[in-house]
Amino acid sequence: MSNKSNILAKNIRETAVRLVYQAKASHIGGALSMADILAVLYSDILKFDSSNEKWSDRDRFILSKGHSCVALYATLAHCGFYSIQDLDTYGQDGSNFLSHSSHYVPGIEFSAGSLGHGLSIACGLALAAKRKNEKWRTYVVTGDGEMDEGSNWEALLFAAQFNLDNLCLIIDYNKIQSLGFTNEVLNLEPLKSKLDAFNWNTIVVDGHDHEELKSAFYMAEQVKDRPTVIIANTIKGKGVSFMENRLLWHYRSPNEEQLKEALEDIRR
Amino acid sequence: MRTAFIKQLTEEAKTNDKIFLIVGDLGFSVIEEYRELFPDRFLNAGIAEQNMIGIAAGLAKEGYNVYVYSIANFPTLRCMEQIRYDVAYHNLNVKIISIGAGYAYGSLGASHHATEDMGMMRTIPEMVVCSPCDPIEAKAITKISANYYGPMYLRLGKAGEVVIHTEKLDSLRIGDVLSIGIDNSSESALLVSGSILDYAVKFVIANNIQTSIYSLPFIKPMNVKQIRQIAIKYNYLIVLEEHQKSCGVGSAIVEILNDLYLNNEISVYPKVRRIAIDDMFYSVSGSQQYLREKANLLLKNEFFESKFQ
Repeated sequence: MSNKSNILAKNIRETAVRLVYQAKASHIGGALSMADILAVLYSDILKFDSSNEKWSDRDRFILSKGHSCVALYATLAHCGFYSIQDLDTYGQDGSNFLSHSSHYVPGIEFSAGSLGHGLSIACGLALAAKRKNEKWRTYVVTGDGEMDEGSNWEALLFAAQFNLDNLCLIIDYNKIQSLGFTNEVLNLEPLKSKLDAFNWNTIVVDGHDHEELKSAFYMAEQVKDRPTVIIANTIKGKGVSFMENRLLWHYRSPNEEQLKEALEDIRR
Repeated sequence: MRTAFIKQLTEEAKTNDKIFLIVGDLGFSVIEEYRELFPDRFLNAGIAEQNMIGIAAGLAKEGYNVYVYSIANFPTLRCMEQIRYDVAYHNLNVKIISIGAGYAYGSLGASHHATEDMGMMRTIPEMVVCSPCDPIEAKAITKISANYYGPMYLRLGKAGEVVIHTEKLDSLRIGDVLSIGIDNSSESALLVSGSILDYAVKFVIANNIQTSIYSLPFIKPMNVKQIRQIAIKYNYLIVLEEHQKSCGVGSAIVEILNDLYLNNEISVYPKVRRIAIDDMFYSVSGSQQYLREKANLLLKNEFFESKFQ
């Protein structure tokens, strides 16, 4: 557990939990469920230069589930886009660190807050790279509840139609949305066969297993003529035992004692 | 107007390789030449308008000047939030083109009546809203749009609109109010936006009415200095539009006048008669002209008589 992505994942979780504690903010559960996805992307997959965020050959990353932004804010801080101290203003009056991801934050390409927008934008980016014959890739993370949005299914059709093999979608499949379990609200299952039927290259992984995530991303790079979707089976609240798989932590922010317990859990 | 638009866009695209045209599976016998000349800067996004605007935002982020072409309410109301959030909030270079202003698709029914679009679009920050009256204005605005950075909405008629302007509008600037006919002895001015201006001009001539006539090709922004001059010169303004009265062209004028009056930039607030659709849907079949009459988008001699002024 000493490699780069594991260290980053720990740092993301720690910073994210601290942030929601300080700001008394919601949505820690969905931030923790995608922490490993971000850690692997930013450690081993994405090409970026934190000292030159507009570097034209960078890979483009879009967070579509903008409510989980604390994990992305933490990731970008630990990757050097800004300092950890900069994050102290998170959620405060006048801060650029909004409680939904903001493109006024260095390293963030697009703001997100309303669900079902990121995948279409990512398709536009991937199409631009194709039309301009540029080699960078586009990665987009959506939530699972977010897949209720019809616009995502428009975009799924589109990406396959236009052979966007430079596009990789990761669905953070933590199985819980705002008011209940996804299979009780609007069931996505059978999700893999749906996405197969939409002509995507579909890979299912344990979204907390860094080796599985890495090899899925490498496979995605090899596939020609089809976009790739990685269905990342995750646990909402992963890494903090009392938050895991509990709807409550879509909303609640930890008190001081819970923060202590959470940090101990994460460091364990 | 759609022909004027696509011809000018095709011209611009010859020298400007940033121009990119997306259609929402519409534009038969309109877009073919553009598509053949610039296949790398053309896309049919299918019948999926929310996704289409997201795609436009992504392409614009990578440097393209993206034109999204569709009809009626499909590229506006259907994907309103994508326009607001993905395009305007990120201040991206996306031009939204809708064919079928007002009742142009009359008999196709309320689904195809674009009668709330200007109101919706003009509330969005950063958005320029254009409503040309004829192919000359449509062409001039298209030319402007090719060199303007930022979100813009272009509300076009269909085909075969009467040409009103007698000269090219090479020096047109965003916000300009254009005089069609000035009667210096008149106390009234008729302010019209869109192709219904043709009706207004014909009415004034046929009834030998003394009034000045202005075209409003831009609903937002509108040149406030020009509106101020008009408000000072005339006691009585008649605003005609093919749109709901709420949040339309007349509303925009009244908002400007209110602020001018508040700030003592005009000492007299002119009387303003707003002729617009009065909070109604029209569910019967009919031509554009029929529906305009049904909606009471009509001028009357008495509006210009002094007893009403």
